[in-house]
Amino acid sequence: MNTLFFAMVIAYGFGVTAALAGGRRAIGRGLVAFGAIAGSAAGLALGATVIAGGTAWTLSIPELLPLGGGFALRLDPLGAFFLVVIGVGAVPAALYGWGYSAAYEGGRASLRLLGAMFNLFLLTMSLVALADNVLTFLLMWEVMSLTSYFLVITEADEPPARSAGLWYITMTHVGLMMLLAAFLLFAGPAGLGGFAELRAGASSLSPGVRNVVFILAFLGFGSKAGIVPLHVWLPRAHPAAPSHVSALMSGVMIKMGIYGLLRVTLDLLGGGPAWWGGLVLAVGVISALLGVLYALMEHDLKRLLAFHSVENIGIILIGIGAGLMFHRYGLMPLAALGFIGGLYHVINHAAFKGLLFLGAGSVLQATKTGNMEEMGGLIKRMPWTALFFLIGAAAISALPPLNGFVSEWLVFQALLGGINIPVPEVAVVMPLAMGLLALTSGLAAACFVKAFGITFLALPRSAAAGEARECRFSMRLGMALLAAACVGLGIAPFAVVPVLGRIVAGLGGLPDTQAAFTLSVYLQTPSSLGQMSPTLIAGGLLLLMLLVPALLWLFRVNGRRRVGDSWGCGRVGQTARMEYTATAFAEPLRRVFAEIYRPMRELTVNFHPGSKYFVESIKYTSEITPVFEQSVYKPFLDSATFVAQQVRRLQAGSLHLYLLYMAAALTFLIFVARWWQQ
Amino acid sequence: MKYVFAVSQAAFALALAPLVVGFVRWLKARMQNRRSAPPWQPYFELKKLFGKEAVVSENASWLFRAAPYVVFVSTVAVALLVPFLFVAEPFDTVGDLLAVVYLLLLGTFFLALAGLDPGTPFGGMGASREMTVAAIAEPTIAVAIFSVALGAGSTNLGRIVAQTLANPANAISPGHLLAFAALFIVALAETGRLPVDNPATHLELTMIHEAMILEYSGRYLALIEWAAALKLTIFLSLLANLFVPWGVATTIAPLSLSVAAVALLIKFGFLALVIAVVETRVAKLRLFRVPELLGVSFVLALLAVTSSFLLR
Repeated sequence: MNTLFFAMVIAYGFGVTAALAGGRRAIGRGLVAFGAIAGSAAGLALGATVIAGGTAWTLSIPELLPLGGGFALRLDPLGAFFLVVIGVGAVPAALYGWGYSAAYEGGRASLRLLGAMFNLFLLTMSLVALADNVLTFLLMWEVMSLTSYFLVITEADEPPARSAGLWYITMTHVGLMMLLAAFLLFAGPAGLGGFAELRAGASSLSPGVRNVVFILAFLGFGSKAGIVPLHVWLPRAHPAAPSHVSALMSGVMIKMGIYGLLRVTLDLLGGGPAWWGGLVLAVGVISALLGVLYALMEHDLKRLLAFHSVENIGIILIGIGAGLMFHRYGLMPLAALGFIGGLYHVINHAAFKGLLFLGAGSVLQATKTGNMEEMGGLIKRMPWTALFFLIGAAAISALPPLNGFVSEWLVFQALLGGINIPVPEVAVVMPLAMGLLALTSGLAAACFVKAFGITFLALPRSAAAGEARECRFSMRLGMALLAAACVGLGIAPFAVVPVLGRIVAGLGGLPDTQAAFTLSVYLQTPSSLGQMSPTLIAGGLLLLMLLVPALLWLFRVNGRRRVGDSWGCGRVGQTARMEYTATAFAEPLRRVFAEIYRPMRELTVNFHPGSKYFVESIKYTSEITPVFEQSVYKPFLDSATFVAQQVRRLQAGSLHLYLLYMAAALTFLIFVARWWQQ
Repeated sequence: MKYVFAVSQAAFALALAPLVVGFVRWLKARMQNRRSAPPWQPYFELKKLFGKEAVVSENASWLFRAAPYVVFVSTVAVALLVPFLFVAEPFDTVGDLLAVVYLLLLGTFFLALAGLDPGTPFGGMGASREMTVAAIAEPTIAVAIFSVALGAGSTNLGRIVAQTLANPANAISPGHLLAFAALFIVALAETGRLPVDNPATHLELTMIHEAMILEYSGRYLALIEWAAALKLTIFLSLLANLFVPWGVATTIAPLSLSVAAVALLIKFGFLALVIAVVETRVAKLRLFRVPELLGVSFVLALLAVTSSFLLR
């Protein structure tokens, strides 16, 4: 396994070197992509080996960081799973990036920086999953955040990218501060320690400290994962970054927040009171619902996808929150079911959200716009991209027989298990969560009918969309890999679920619950709440799909087809202006949920001066400002700006004044030092 | 042998479906003092549509031509899972109630996409409204499933039927009755009946489902109409057999099967009567009042679960 680890590091290092060497042509970019592909494939193999073997792999280099226990790595099955997730997301994204980065050949962005940061980002993200002490973990966490910041501002000449970068780096450092505080509290006076020491010392912490550590860790990791209300950076950063980077950040990086949460809460702290799980569950439900609601109102393809990341993180947290609650009540097989549902959704989301972002990137390059209202008809111009995006859209809408359905089914079953919670007041939360999760998935289906229908179907709404061309082969290949993953994870859960069971076994005292899941093609929950077989459903659908046309032919059904004009109530010609728009599609839901959106509408009608029966122009503007940005962030930002304005007075540009400051600061420090000694 | 029976049960439902739709129409006409076409009229309509050539919009893509098959296939797949006459033994464990819901959503998803494909405003309008109604109906279905599963300890249809048969008192528990009411409202919304949608008109201001499929003709339309009829039959038999499972055959024998068939027809007759009365007495709701109706059904379902918890 050492070989695989060093192969991974060397491959990423090769990628960085190749990028810095500065090849702008296909070969240069190909070498960068090769480094990333080889590195993430080696990481995937390393993760798979650890999961298959069931034994942890360790590596310690104390000399590398001469404080806090040095540079310590340990890969247990949980970390290995996330390494696999990184591999699943990164191999196709890197392959896609090979073709996608051709757009930067002209010098719109620095290919050197992009390639080097891309490889470094993947390396440090992998090392986060491997870290075995606080110092290594936080260091890698921070470098992962910084490298992804540089990836977000790849197109630094564009103001939105810079603004997105600022939001992202601020939010990620707010999160880092909380993580620092959490680990400082956790490690206590003993100083920064290894995870094994923390695990051993967790039970001797007072309940108050444990609670504070949990809250801080939840907020810190949540800011990376994108929970509401800390999600504000996602809809800004994901659209600004190059699409293969968005795919990685959204599909993989935000999952490191989930990894950290599981590691600290379940593994190191060993679980906690029921309200921990309840809080995670509640935040999960709110994130899922608000994420999808704002996604529905979004007409920029990549921003829409970013809001769906918030939704899916919510679904993952629902599974984990339910698991934590069951864990508290000693319902171990059900707890395992909740965690398995959450983890299954982690890898599924990496597959379908990665796929959707890659598809969106191809559309973006072909039409030069992210605005869905200017797209349309792309299914004819870009058939492959359309097919892959459709698979991704169906998967994220939890439609059988694709992968989203399986993980949502598992989460649903975990919530159903809530009937076994002995406290009725707590148990009654579960059906409510289930109802809201179902609403979320229904709305997600509506949103992806909009996203796919408006983008790819009907007539092109702009000249650019009418002249769109299919993307490069390497980009299509990247998407094809992820589409295959969506199908594979959908029809083979019998192979995945037991593996996930093995991964969560041992965390926080969870027993190995493999026996509770049957290993046949049927997916059976512990205490047999439900049983189904996605494999057989897929097989049945495929069989019927072949059978029905055959039967129609056999019964001599009229098979002729005539191509004609669309029916339009007697109108003469059809133009794209007559089509339903994304705004119109989402309008009924906007009115239904007006209480949440609080939309601002303005309608101005100019009449002809002669008669009010002739209208000269109608102007309609409508805007939705998310509640959180108004109520939480705006006061904070305003006060920060105010303070900054006041502080500016100190910096008047006068050298004498600055010298005075220095003298004053020196005197102050002398006094402090003096006082400190006494 | 089991497989043959299970498949023939689905085939029976498929064959019966047009009659169910025709019967509701016939009852409705009687109640409104109209002369009606015979209940078996939908069979002639299907035959006519299958015999005609299909006209496809020049703007449409392959998705428009594939969608009717996806809709039909996913609905037939559901029919294979649902107990009409008896619990479909080998297929019962293939999919549970959640799988049923999501398979139906698969059909709705593709039909809505097909509505957008020709680029006409009607299709888009229908697709938008259909997805809105489907999304808002979803939480009720989930919570009603929770309530039913709570009694049976499982989401599998066979287990639910068996459990209610074994404990007849369950059938009149408040949780069961409230869940029935909630699911009935949702069934009206999902199958495009009054007061949510009007199956008898193409008027653009009222239509949801009919607007979405406006561009379809020939065999494509036949498949969609047949699937819609089957969907109604599925919802009726879920209402009939999950909540009032008496008559459902537990053994596959000629006698018990014929009893089951008679019982099913009686239950269908009763439910069809209720639908016809509702459609005669109630005007269609404004689209933006529909969420209120579905909100009511959600509250009913939530009450069902809560009462099940309290009475446990």
